[in-house]
Amino acid sequence: MYINTGKSWARGFGAGFWVQGDRAVIAFESAAYNYGGGELLSDVTLRLAPGSFHFLTGPSGSGKTTFLKMAYAELLPTAGHVTIFDREVKTLGRDDVAAVRRRIGVVHQDVQFLDHLPLATNMQLPLIVSGKKTSADDLNELLKWVGLSHLADALPPSLSGGERQRAALARAIIMGPDVIIADEPTGNVDWEMSLRLLTLLVELNRMGKTILIATHDLNLIRQAKNQIPTRVLRISKRRIQLAGADL
Amino acid sequence: MRLPKPITRALALMSPDSRSDRVVPPSGHTAWLTTFTAAAMTFLCVFAMALSLASGRLATRWSDALARTSTIRLSAPPGQMEAQTAAILALLAATPGVESARALTDAENRALLEPWFGPELPVEELPLPGLIEVTEADPGYDTDGLRQRLRAEAPGAVLDDHARWRRPLAEAASKLRMLGLLSIILIGTAMAAMVTLAASASLEANAQVVRVLRLVGARDQYIARAFVRRFTLRAFSGACIGAVFGLIGVLILPRADAAGAFLTGLGFTGWGWLLPFVLPPLVGLVAFFSTRYAALRKLREFR
Repeated sequence: MYINTGKSWARGFGAGFWVQGDRAVIAFESAAYNYGGGELLSDVTLRLAPGSFHFLTGPSGSGKTTFLKMAYAELLPTAGHVTIFDREVKTLGRDDVAAVRRRIGVVHQDVQFLDHLPLATNMQLPLIVSGKKTSADDLNELLKWVGLSHLADALPPSLSGGERQRAALARAIIMGPDVIIADEPTGNVDWEMSLRLLTLLVELNRMGKTILIATHDLNLIRQAKNQIPTRVLRISKRRIQLAGADL
Repeated sequence: MRLPKPITRALALMSPDSRSDRVVPPSGHTAWLTTFTAAAMTFLCVFAMALSLASGRLATRWSDALARTSTIRLSAPPGQMEAQTAAILALLAATPGVESARALTDAENRALLEPWFGPELPVEELPLPGLIEVTEADPGYDTDGLRQRLRAEAPGAVLDDHARWRRPLAEAASKLRMLGLLSIILIGTAMAAMVTLAASASLEANAQVVRVLRLVGARDQYIARAFVRRFTLRAFSGACIGAVFGLIGVLILPRADAAGAFLTGLGFTGWGWLLPFVLPPLVGLVAFFSTRYAALRKLREFR
Protein backbone atom coordinates (compact mmCIF):
# COMPACT_ATOMS: atom_id res chain seq x y z
CA MET A 1 0.00 0.00 0.00
CA TYR A 2 1.12 3.49 -0.65
CA ILE A 3 0.14 7.06 -0.25
CA ASN A 4 0.81 9.98 -2.51
CA THR A 5 2.34 12.89 -0.67
CA GLY A 6 2.44 15.76 -3.06
CA LYS A 7 4.78 15.16 -5.96
CA SER A 8 6.50 12.11 -4.60
CA TRP A 9 5.19 8.69 -3.70
CA ALA A 10 5.73 7.89 -0.09
CA ARG A 11 5.50 4.38 1.16
CA GLY A 12 3.08 3.83 3.92
CA PHE A 13 4.24 2.39 7.15
CA GLY A 14 2.61 0.19 9.68
CA ALA A 15 2.03 -3.39 8.74
CA GLY A 16 -1.46 -4.13 7.47
CA PHE A 17 -2.32 -0.56 6.68
CA TRP A 18 -0.80 0.60 3.44
CA VAL A 19 1.10 -2.28 2.05
CA GLN A 20 1.04 -2.36 -1.71
CA GLY A 21 -0.93 -5.26 -3.10
CA ASP A 22 -3.07 -5.81 -0.01
CA ARG A 23 -6.80 -5.97 -0.36
CA ALA A 24 -8.45 -2.59 0.07
CA VAL A 25 -12.02 -1.81 1.00
CA ILE A 26 -11.76 1.68 -0.45
CA ALA A 27 -9.08 2.80 -2.86
CA PHE A 28 -8.30 6.17 -4.41
CA GLU A 29 -6.08 6.29 -7.48
CA SER A 30 -4.92 9.71 -8.66
CA ALA A 31 -8.38 10.91 -7.69
CA ALA A 32 -9.25 14.59 -7.82
CA TYR A 33 -12.32 16.62 -7.11
CA ASN A 34 -13.16 19.90 -8.74
CA TYR A 35 -16.09 21.98 -7.52
CA GLY A 36 -15.97 24.18 -10.57
CA GLY A 37 -13.98 26.92 -8.93
CA GLY A 38 -10.71 25.04 -8.93
CA GLU A 39 -9.50 21.71 -7.59
CA LEU A 40 -10.30 20.96 -3.98
CA LEU A 41 -8.53 17.64 -3.92
CA SER A 42 -5.81 16.64 -6.29
CA ASP A 43 -3.96 13.46 -7.18
CA VAL A 44 -5.12 11.47 -4.17
CA THR A 45 -3.86 7.91 -4.08
CA LEU A 46 -4.41 5.70 -1.07
CA ARG A 47 -5.93 2.45 -0.03
CA LEU A 48 -7.81 1.65 3.15
CA ALA A 49 -7.13 -1.88 4.28
CA PRO A 50 -9.85 -3.93 5.95
CA GLY A 51 -9.84 -3.52 9.70
CA SER A 52 -7.74 -0.35 9.65
CA PHE A 53 -8.40 2.75 11.71
CA HIS A 54 -7.75 6.14 10.12
CA PHE A 55 -8.17 9.70 11.16
CA LEU A 56 -8.43 12.44 8.57
CA THR A 57 -7.44 15.94 9.61
CA GLY A 58 -6.98 19.25 7.92
CA PRO A 59 -8.12 22.84 8.12
CA SER A 60 -11.75 23.76 7.57
CA GLY A 61 -12.59 23.81 3.88
CA SER A 62 -9.62 21.67 2.99
CA GLY A 63 -11.81 18.93 1.52
CA LYS A 64 -12.25 16.43 4.35
CA THR A 65 -15.98 16.08 3.83
CA THR A 66 -15.51 15.91 0.07
CA PHE A 67 -12.99 13.13 0.54
CA LEU A 68 -15.38 11.22 2.79
CA LYS A 69 -18.25 11.73 0.37
CA MET A 70 -16.15 10.23 -2.40
CA ALA A 71 -15.39 7.33 -0.07
CA TYR A 72 -19.07 6.42 0.19
CA ALA A 73 -20.00 7.28 -3.41
CA GLU A 74 -21.90 10.45 -2.60
CA LEU A 75 -19.56 12.35 -4.92
CA LEU A 76 -17.76 11.09 -7.98
CA PRO A 77 -14.13 12.06 -8.57
CA THR A 78 -13.72 14.55 -11.40
CA ALA A 79 -10.45 12.83 -12.30
CA GLY A 80 -8.79 9.55 -11.41
CA HIS A 81 -10.52 6.57 -9.88
CA VAL A 82 -12.18 5.56 -6.65
CA THR A 83 -13.05 1.95 -6.02
CA ILE A 84 -15.24 0.75 -3.20
CA PHE A 85 -15.21 -2.95 -2.46
CA ASP A 86 -13.33 -3.43 -5.72
CA ARG A 87 -15.95 -1.61 -7.78
CA GLU A 88 -15.19 1.58 -9.67
CA VAL A 89 -17.68 4.17 -8.38
CA LYS A 90 -18.17 5.76 -11.80
CA THR A 91 -19.61 2.50 -13.09
CA LEU A 92 -22.04 2.05 -10.21
CA GLY A 93 -25.70 2.34 -11.03
CA ARG A 94 -28.09 3.86 -8.52
CA ASP A 95 -29.06 0.46 -7.10
CA ASP A 96 -25.36 -0.43 -6.87
CA VAL A 97 -24.74 2.74 -4.87
CA ALA A 98 -27.54 1.72 -2.53
CA ALA A 99 -25.97 -1.72 -2.17
CA VAL A 100 -22.57 -0.16 -1.40
CA ARG A 101 -24.13 2.11 1.24
CA ARG A 102 -25.49 -0.93 3.02
CA ARG A 103 -21.90 -1.98 3.60
CA ILE A 104 -20.77 1.45 4.75
CA GLY A 105 -22.12 3.08 7.88
CA VAL A 106 -21.95 6.87 7.73
CA VAL A 107 -22.12 9.28 10.66
CA HIS A 108 -22.36 12.97 9.86
CA GLN A 109 -21.59 15.88 12.12
CA ASP A 110 -25.11 17.23 11.48
CA VAL A 111 -26.84 13.92 11.90
CA GLN A 112 -30.12 13.69 10.04
CA PHE A 113 -32.98 11.50 11.11
CA LEU A 114 -36.57 11.00 10.07
CA ASP A 115 -38.02 13.31 12.67
CA HIS A 116 -41.49 11.76 12.60
CA LEU A 117 -40.24 8.32 13.58
CA PRO A 118 -39.09 7.23 17.04
CA LEU A 119 -35.42 6.75 17.70
CA ALA A 120 -35.60 2.94 17.67
CA THR A 121 -37.20 2.97 14.21
CA ASN A 122 -34.64 5.48 12.99
CA MET A 123 -31.87 3.20 14.16
CA GLN A 124 -33.43 0.33 12.23
CA LEU A 125 -33.75 2.30 8.98
CA PRO A 126 -30.92 0.49 7.17
CA LEU A 127 -32.63 -2.81 7.99
CA ILE A 128 -36.06 -1.53 7.04
CA VAL A 129 -34.99 -0.25 3.61
CA SER A 130 -33.22 -3.51 2.85
CA GLY A 131 -36.24 -5.57 3.88
CA LYS A 132 -34.53 -7.13 6.88
CA LYS A 133 -35.70 -7.37 10.43
CA THR A 134 -33.98 -7.40 13.74
CA SER A 135 -35.08 -9.06 16.91
CA ALA A 136 -36.21 -6.96 19.84
CA ASP A 137 -33.37 -8.41 21.88
CA ASP A 138 -30.74 -7.35 19.36
CA LEU A 139 -32.23 -3.89 19.14
CA ASN A 140 -32.33 -3.53 22.91
CA GLU A 141 -28.76 -4.69 23.11
CA LEU A 142 -27.69 -2.09 20.56
CA LEU A 143 -29.63 0.63 22.36
CA LYS A 144 -27.96 -0.39 25.59
CA TRP A 145 -24.54 -0.44 23.93
CA VAL A 146 -24.92 3.18 22.84
CA GLY A 147 -26.60 4.10 26.14
CA LEU A 148 -29.95 5.07 24.65
CA SER A 149 -32.25 2.36 26.02
CA HIS A 150 -34.36 4.90 27.84
CA LEU A 151 -34.89 6.94 24.65
CA ALA A 152 -36.09 4.21 22.30
CA ASP A 153 -39.48 5.84 21.81
CA ALA A 154 -38.24 9.43 21.78
CA LEU A 155 -38.49 11.49 18.62
CA PRO A 156 -35.16 12.73 17.23
CA PRO A 157 -35.83 16.46 17.72
CA SER A 158 -35.95 15.86 21.48
CA LEU A 159 -32.44 14.36 21.60
CA SER A 160 -29.27 16.16 22.65
CA GLY A 161 -26.23 16.45 20.37
CA GLY A 162 -24.45 13.53 22.03
CA GLU A 163 -27.53 11.35 21.96
CA ARG A 164 -27.99 12.09 18.29
CA GLN A 165 -24.37 11.18 17.56
CA ARG A 166 -24.67 7.89 19.42
CA ALA A 167 -27.97 7.13 17.71
CA ALA A 168 -26.34 7.87 14.35
CA LEU A 169 -23.51 5.52 15.22
CA ALA A 170 -26.01 2.83 16.17
CA ARG A 171 -27.83 3.37 12.87
CA ALA A 172 -24.52 3.19 11.01
CA ILE A 173 -23.58 -0.16 12.48
CA ILE A 174 -26.93 -1.95 12.72
CA MET A 175 -26.41 -3.62 9.34
CA GLY A 176 -22.98 -4.85 10.36
CA PRO A 177 -21.17 -2.76 7.75
CA ASP A 178 -17.60 -3.39 6.72
CA VAL A 179 -16.65 0.28 6.91
CA ILE A 180 -17.68 3.11 9.21
CA ILE A 181 -17.13 6.65 8.01
CA ALA A 182 -17.67 9.47 10.47
CA ASP A 183 -17.47 13.16 9.68
CA GLU A 184 -16.63 15.16 12.80
CA PRO A 185 -18.62 12.77 15.01
CA THR A 186 -17.53 14.59 18.15
CA GLY A 187 -17.97 18.10 16.77
CA ASN A 188 -21.12 18.85 18.79
CA VAL A 189 -20.41 16.99 21.98
CA ASP A 190 -18.37 17.54 25.12
CA TRP A 191 -15.11 15.76 25.88
CA GLU A 192 -16.70 13.09 27.99
CA MET A 193 -19.13 12.20 25.23
CA SER A 194 -16.31 12.34 22.67
CA LEU A 195 -14.41 9.72 24.64
CA ARG A 196 -17.52 7.59 24.87
CA LEU A 197 -18.04 7.75 21.11
CA LEU A 198 -14.36 7.00 20.54
CA THR A 199 -14.63 3.96 22.78
CA LEU A 200 -17.53 2.71 20.70
CA LEU A 201 -15.56 3.21 17.48
CA VAL A 202 -12.49 1.51 18.92
CA GLU A 203 -14.64 -1.42 19.96
CA LEU A 204 -16.03 -1.66 16.45
CA ASN A 205 -12.54 -1.59 15.01
CA ARG A 206 -11.54 -4.42 17.31
CA MET A 207 -14.47 -6.32 15.81
CA GLY A 208 -12.79 -5.94 12.42
CA LYS A 209 -14.55 -2.90 11.04
CA THR A 210 -12.61 -0.38 8.98
CA ILE A 211 -12.94 3.06 10.52
CA LEU A 212 -12.34 6.42 8.85
CA ILE A 213 -12.96 9.52 10.95
CA ALA A 214 -12.59 13.15 9.90
CA THR A 215 -11.83 15.32 12.90
CA HIS A 216 -10.15 18.51 14.07
CA ASP A 217 -9.74 17.14 17.53
CA LEU A 218 -6.06 16.25 18.06
CA ASN A 219 -6.75 15.20 21.64
CA LEU A 220 -9.20 12.65 20.36
CA ILE A 221 -6.59 11.29 17.97
CA ARG A 222 -3.99 11.07 20.78
CA GLN A 223 -6.53 9.29 22.94
CA ALA A 224 -7.24 6.79 20.16
CA LYS A 225 -3.55 6.19 19.55
CA ASN A 226 -3.25 5.16 23.17
CA GLN A 227 -5.85 2.48 22.67
CA ILE A 228 -5.36 1.13 19.18
CA PRO A 229 -3.01 1.39 16.19
CA THR A 230 -4.25 4.25 14.09
CA ARG A 231 -2.99 6.24 11.16
CA VAL A 232 -3.57 9.91 10.58
CA LEU A 233 -4.08 11.43 7.16
CA ARG A 234 -3.78 15.16 6.70
CA ILE A 235 -5.18 17.18 3.82
CA SER A 236 -2.80 19.92 2.93
CA LYS A 237 -2.60 21.93 -0.28
CA ARG A 238 -5.27 19.79 -1.93
CA ARG A 239 -3.34 16.60 -1.31
CA ILE A 240 -3.50 13.89 1.28
CA GLN A 241 -0.39 13.37 3.32
CA LEU A 242 0.50 10.96 6.01
CA ALA A 243 0.72 12.58 9.43
CA GLY A 244 0.87 11.18 12.86
CA ALA A 245 4.49 11.19 13.87
CA ASP A 246 4.12 14.64 15.40
CA LEU A 247 0.94 13.85 17.28
CA MET B 1 -46.06 -17.90 -15.14
CA ARG B 2 -43.64 -15.01 -14.78
CA LEU B 3 -44.96 -11.55 -15.48
CA PRO B 4 -42.93 -9.11 -17.61
CA LYS B 5 -40.47 -7.04 -15.61
CA PRO B 6 -42.22 -3.65 -16.09
CA ILE B 7 -45.45 -5.15 -14.74
CA THR B 8 -43.80 -6.76 -11.74
CA ARG B 9 -42.03 -3.48 -10.99
CA ALA B 10 -45.30 -1.56 -11.28
CA LEU B 11 -47.01 -4.05 -8.98
CA ALA B 12 -44.12 -3.80 -6.56
CA LEU B 13 -44.55 -0.04 -6.48
CA MET B 14 -48.17 -0.46 -5.50
CA SER B 15 -47.77 -3.39 -3.14
CA PRO B 16 -48.72 -2.54 0.41
CA ASP B 17 -45.71 -2.05 2.62
CA SER B 18 -46.57 -0.26 5.80
CA ARG B 19 -42.91 0.12 6.72
CA SER B 20 -42.17 1.73 3.37
CA ASP B 21 -45.16 4.04 3.75
CA ARG B 22 -44.17 5.05 7.25
CA VAL B 23 -40.77 6.36 6.27
CA VAL B 24 -42.44 9.26 4.47
CA PRO B 25 -44.05 11.63 6.97
CA PRO B 26 -47.76 12.30 6.65
CA SER B 27 -47.94 15.06 4.07
CA GLY B 28 -49.82 18.28 4.57
CA HIS B 29 -51.50 20.29 1.87
CA THR B 30 -50.44 18.05 -1.01
CA ALA B 31 -52.73 15.32 0.36
CA TRP B 32 -56.02 17.17 0.10
CA LEU B 33 -54.81 19.09 -2.95
CA THR B 34 -54.32 15.87 -4.90
CA THR B 35 -57.64 14.42 -3.75
CA PHE B 36 -59.46 17.67 -4.53
CA THR B 37 -57.81 18.02 -7.96
CA ALA B 38 -58.65 14.44 -8.89
CA ALA B 39 -62.25 14.90 -7.70
CA ALA B 40 -62.72 18.17 -9.60
CA MET B 41 -61.13 16.88 -12.78
CA THR B 42 -63.17 13.68 -12.71
CA PHE B 43 -66.33 15.68 -12.12
CA LEU B 44 -65.55 17.80 -15.19
CA CYS B 45 -64.61 14.70 -17.13
CA VAL B 46 -68.00 13.10 -16.41
CA PHE B 47 -69.69 16.20 -17.83
CA ALA B 48 -67.39 16.34 -20.84
CA MET B 49 -68.22 12.69 -21.48
CA ALA B 50 -71.95 13.24 -21.09
CA LEU B 51 -72.00 16.31 -23.31
CA SER B 52 -69.82 14.70 -25.93
CA LEU B 53 -71.87 11.52 -26.07
CA ALA B 54 -75.17 13.39 -26.05
CA SER B 55 -74.17 15.90 -28.71
CA GLY B 56 -72.79 13.19 -30.93
CA ARG B 57 -75.91 11.13 -30.42
CA LEU B 58 -78.17 14.07 -31.22
CA ALA B 59 -76.34 14.96 -34.43
CA THR B 60 -76.26 11.32 -35.46
CA ARG B 61 -79.97 11.03 -34.86
CA TRP B 62 -80.66 14.10 -37.03
CA SER B 63 -78.32 12.86 -39.67
CA ASP B 64 -79.90 9.38 -39.64
CA ALA B 65 -83.39 10.83 -39.92
CA LEU B 66 -82.38 12.90 -42.93
CA ALA B 67 -80.42 10.05 -44.41
CA ARG B 68 -83.45 7.79 -44.43
CA THR B 69 -85.75 10.23 -46.21
CA SER B 70 -85.52 12.17 -49.44
CA THR B 71 -87.82 14.48 -51.36
CA ILE B 72 -88.87 14.68 -54.99
CA ARG B 73 -89.82 18.15 -56.13
CA LEU B 74 -92.10 18.14 -59.15
CA SER B 75 -92.61 21.19 -61.36
CA ALA B 76 -95.22 20.60 -64.04
CA PRO B 77 -98.06 22.45 -65.72
CA PRO B 78 -101.18 22.38 -63.52
CA GLY B 79 -102.95 20.02 -65.86
CA GLN B 80 -100.19 17.43 -65.77
CA MET B 81 -99.30 17.66 -62.10
CA GLU B 82 -101.63 14.92 -60.93
CA ALA B 83 -100.72 12.49 -63.74
CA GLN B 84 -96.98 13.02 -63.30
CA THR B 85 -97.30 12.60 -59.54
CA ALA B 86 -99.08 9.31 -60.04
CA ALA B 87 -96.40 8.20 -62.52
CA ILE B 88 -93.63 9.05 -60.10
CA LEU B 89 -95.36 7.23 -57.25
CA ALA B 90 -95.77 4.19 -59.48
CA LEU B 91 -92.13 4.40 -60.43
CA LEU B 92 -91.10 4.65 -56.78
CA ALA B 93 -93.30 1.71 -55.84
CA ALA B 94 -91.36 -0.38 -58.31
CA THR B 95 -87.93 0.92 -57.26
CA PRO B 96 -85.88 -1.43 -55.05
CA GLY B 97 -84.71 0.27 -51.86
CA VAL B 98 -87.74 2.52 -51.51
CA GLU B 99 -89.77 1.61 -48.45
CA SER B 100 -92.61 4.03 -49.05
CA ALA B 101 -93.47 7.20 -50.92
CA ARG B 102 -96.34 9.64 -50.63
CA ALA B 103 -97.25 13.02 -52.04
CA LEU B 104 -97.60 15.83 -49.55
CA THR B 105 -101.10 17.25 -49.31
CA ASP B 106 -101.91 20.95 -49.71
CA ALA B 107 -102.36 21.17 -45.97
CA GLU B 108 -98.87 19.80 -45.40
CA ASN B 109 -97.43 22.19 -47.98
CA ARG B 110 -99.16 25.06 -46.20
CA ALA B 111 -97.73 23.93 -42.88
CA LEU B 112 -94.25 23.89 -44.35
CA LEU B 113 -94.58 27.42 -45.71
CA GLU B 114 -96.47 28.81 -42.75
CA PRO B 115 -93.38 29.92 -40.78
CA TRP B 116 -92.40 32.19 -43.66
CA PHE B 117 -95.71 33.30 -45.21
CA GLY B 118 -98.22 32.98 -42.43
CA PRO B 119 -101.36 30.81 -42.11
CA GLU B 120 -103.45 32.60 -44.74
CA LEU B 121 -101.34 31.58 -47.71
CA PRO B 122 -103.56 30.51 -50.67
CA VAL B 123 -101.53 27.46 -51.54
CA GLU B 124 -104.04 26.29 -54.14
CA GLU B 125 -103.63 29.47 -56.16
CA LEU B 126 -99.83 29.48 -56.20
CA PRO B 127 -97.75 27.61 -58.75
CA LEU B 128 -95.97 25.62 -56.09
CA PRO B 129 -94.08 22.46 -56.96
CA GLY B 130 -95.49 19.20 -55.74
CA LEU B 131 -93.53 17.41 -53.04
CA ILE B 132 -93.18 13.66 -52.69
CA GLU B 133 -91.63 12.26 -49.53
CA VAL B 134 -89.61 9.10 -50.07
CA THR B 135 -88.60 6.82 -47.19
CA GLU B 136 -85.67 4.58 -47.91
CA ALA B 137 -85.45 0.92 -47.05
CA ASP B 138 -82.21 -0.61 -45.79
CA PRO B 139 -80.21 -0.81 -48.03
CA GLY B 140 -81.33 2.29 -49.81
CA TYR B 141 -82.04 2.89 -53.48
CA ASP B 142 -79.63 3.70 -56.30
CA THR B 143 -79.78 7.50 -56.40
CA ASP B 144 -78.27 7.94 -59.87
CA GLY B 145 -80.50 5.26 -61.40
CA LEU B 146 -83.62 6.80 -59.84
CA ARG B 147 -82.65 10.24 -61.13
CA GLN B 148 -82.32 8.89 -64.69
CA ARG B 149 -85.67 7.15 -64.58
CA LEU B 150 -87.33 10.24 -63.11
CA ARG B 151 -85.90 12.32 -65.94
CA ALA B 152 -87.55 9.92 -68.41
CA GLU B 153 -90.94 9.75 -66.62
CA ALA B 154 -91.24 13.36 -65.37
CA PRO B 155 -88.66 15.78 -66.69
CA GLY B 156 -89.71 18.41 -64.12
CA ALA B 157 -88.97 16.15 -61.15
CA VAL B 158 -85.87 16.77 -59.02
CA LEU B 159 -84.65 14.27 -56.45
CA ASP B 160 -83.22 15.83 -53.27
CA ASP B 161 -81.54 13.14 -51.16
CA HIS B 162 -80.69 15.66 -48.35
CA ALA B 163 -76.95 15.13 -48.88
CA ARG B 164 -76.24 18.86 -48.49
CA TRP B 165 -78.04 18.89 -45.11
CA ARG B 166 -76.64 15.60 -43.97
CA ARG B 167 -72.96 16.34 -44.61
CA PRO B 168 -72.62 19.32 -42.24
CA LEU B 169 -74.58 17.46 -39.58
CA ALA B 170 -72.30 14.43 -39.89
CA GLU B 171 -69.29 16.75 -39.73
CA ALA B 172 -70.75 18.50 -36.70
CA ALA B 173 -71.31 15.16 -35.00
CA SER B 174 -67.75 14.10 -35.71
CA LYS B 175 -66.35 17.42 -34.50
CA LEU B 176 -68.42 17.32 -31.34
CA ARG B 177 -67.10 13.88 -30.57
CA MET B 178 -63.56 15.04 -31.28
CA LEU B 179 -64.08 18.08 -29.07
CA GLY B 180 -65.36 15.91 -26.26
CA LEU B 181 -62.42 13.54 -26.62
CA LEU B 182 -60.01 16.48 -26.70
CA SER B 183 -61.59 17.90 -23.53
CA ILE B 184 -61.18 14.56 -21.78
CA ILE B 185 -57.55 14.32 -22.91
CA LEU B 186 -56.89 17.90 -21.77
CA ILE B 187 -58.50 17.25 -18.41
CA GLY B 188 -56.44 14.07 -18.04
CA THR B 189 -53.24 15.85 -19.01
CA ALA B 190 -53.96 18.74 -16.66
CA MET B 191 -54.57 16.27 -13.88
CA ALA B 192 -51.36 14.39 -14.63
CA ALA B 193 -49.51 17.71 -14.52
CA MET B 194 -51.12 18.64 -11.21
CA VAL B 195 -50.31 15.28 -9.65
CA THR B 196 -46.73 15.51 -10.96
CA LEU B 197 -46.37 18.96 -9.44
CA ALA B 198 -47.86 17.82 -6.14
CA ALA B 199 -45.60 14.76 -6.05
CA SER B 200 -42.55 16.88 -6.89
CA ALA B 201 -43.51 19.36 -4.17
CA SER B 202 -43.94 16.52 -1.72
CA LEU B 203 -40.54 15.07 -2.63
CA GLU B 204 -38.99 18.53 -2.37
CA ALA B 205 -40.56 19.00 1.05
CA ASN B 206 -39.21 15.61 2.08
CA ALA B 207 -35.68 16.17 0.74
CA GLN B 208 -34.21 15.35 4.14
CA VAL B 209 -36.14 12.09 4.28
CA VAL B 210 -34.93 11.13 0.81
CA ARG B 211 -31.33 12.07 1.69
CA VAL B 212 -31.40 9.96 4.85
CA LEU B 213 -32.97 7.03 3.04
CA ARG B 214 -30.36 7.11 0.28
CA LEU B 215 -27.61 7.39 2.88
CA VAL B 216 -28.77 4.23 4.63
CA GLY B 217 -28.95 2.30 1.36
CA ALA B 218 -32.54 2.68 0.16
CA ARG B 219 -33.08 1.98 -3.52
CA ASP B 220 -34.99 4.49 -5.65
CA GLN B 221 -37.76 1.96 -6.12
CA TYR B 222 -38.21 1.71 -2.36
CA ILE B 223 -38.41 5.46 -1.85
CA ALA B 224 -40.64 5.98 -4.88
CA ARG B 225 -43.02 3.28 -3.71
CA ALA B 226 -44.13 5.24 -0.66
CA PHE B 227 -44.88 8.33 -2.73
CA VAL B 228 -46.46 6.47 -5.66
CA ARG B 229 -48.80 4.48 -3.44
CA ARG B 230 -49.83 7.54 -1.52
CA PHE B 231 -50.57 9.71 -4.54
CA THR B 232 -52.23 6.95 -6.53
CA LEU B 233 -54.61 6.13 -3.70
CA ARG B 234 -55.37 9.80 -3.12
CA ALA B 235 -56.09 10.43 -6.79
CA PHE B 236 -58.19 7.26 -6.98
CA SER B 237 -60.29 8.19 -3.97
CA GLY B 238 -60.66 11.76 -5.27
CA ALA B 239 -61.76 10.41 -8.65
CA CYS B 240 -64.36 8.17 -6.99
CA ILE B 241 -65.82 11.20 -5.23
CA GLY B 242 -65.72 13.25 -8.45
CA ALA B 243 -67.37 10.48 -10.47
CA VAL B 244 -70.18 10.08 -7.96
CA PHE B 245 -70.86 13.82 -7.88
CA GLY B 246 -70.60 14.00 -11.67
CA LEU B 247 -73.19 11.23 -12.04
CA ILE B 248 -75.48 12.95 -9.57
CA GLY B 249 -75.03 16.16 -11.59
CA VAL B 250 -75.97 14.40 -14.82
CA LEU B 251 -78.94 12.71 -13.13
CA ILE B 252 -80.40 15.99 -11.90
CA LEU B 253 -80.14 17.64 -15.33
CA PRO B 254 -83.59 18.70 -16.61
CA ARG B 255 -85.38 15.97 -18.50
CA ALA B 256 -85.89 16.32 -22.23
CA ASP B 257 -89.62 17.03 -22.01
CA ALA B 258 -89.03 19.75 -19.42
CA ALA B 259 -86.02 21.36 -21.08
CA GLY B 260 -87.13 21.40 -24.68
CA ALA B 261 -86.08 19.57 -27.78
CA PHE B 262 -82.52 20.89 -27.93
CA LEU B 263 -81.59 19.22 -24.66
CA THR B 264 -83.09 15.92 -25.71
CA GLY B 265 -80.79 13.07 -24.83
CA LEU B 266 -78.34 15.03 -22.61
CA GLY B 267 -76.65 12.61 -20.23
CA PHE B 268 -75.90 8.95 -20.66
CA THR B 269 -77.91 6.15 -22.15
CA GLY B 270 -77.56 2.41 -21.80
CA TRP B 271 -73.98 1.25 -21.31
CA GLY B 272 -72.90 4.92 -21.31
CA TRP B 273 -73.84 5.07 -17.61
CA LEU B 274 -70.93 2.73 -16.93
CA LEU B 275 -68.39 5.05 -18.49
CA PRO B 276 -67.93 7.30 -15.42
CA PHE B 277 -66.97 4.21 -13.43
CA VAL B 278 -64.00 3.75 -15.75
CA LEU B 279 -62.66 7.13 -14.69
CA PRO B 280 -61.40 6.37 -11.13
CA PRO B 281 -59.13 3.48 -12.23
CA LEU B 282 -58.01 5.58 -15.17
CA VAL B 283 -57.24 8.53 -12.89
CA GLY B 284 -55.40 6.15 -10.56
CA LEU B 285 -53.34 4.95 -13.50
CA VAL B 286 -52.54 8.51 -14.58
CA ALA B 287 -51.55 9.36 -10.99
CA PHE B 288 -49.46 6.21 -10.74
CA PHE B 289 -47.40 6.99 -13.82
CA SER B 290 -47.10 10.72 -13.22
CA THR B 291 -46.00 10.23 -9.59
CA ARG B 292 -43.59 7.50 -10.59
CA TYR B 293 -42.14 9.75 -13.27
CA ALA B 294 -41.87 12.69 -10.85
CA ALA B 295 -40.40 10.56 -8.06
CA LEU B 296 -37.76 8.80 -10.13
CA ARG B 297 -36.77 12.06 -11.83
CA LYS B 298 -36.52 13.91 -8.52
CA LEU B 299 -34.58 11.09 -6.89
CA ARG B 300 -31.83 11.52 -9.45
CA GLU B 301 -30.98 14.77 -7.70
CA PHE B 302 -29.83 12.67 -4.76
CA ARG B 303 -26.95 10.30 -5.31
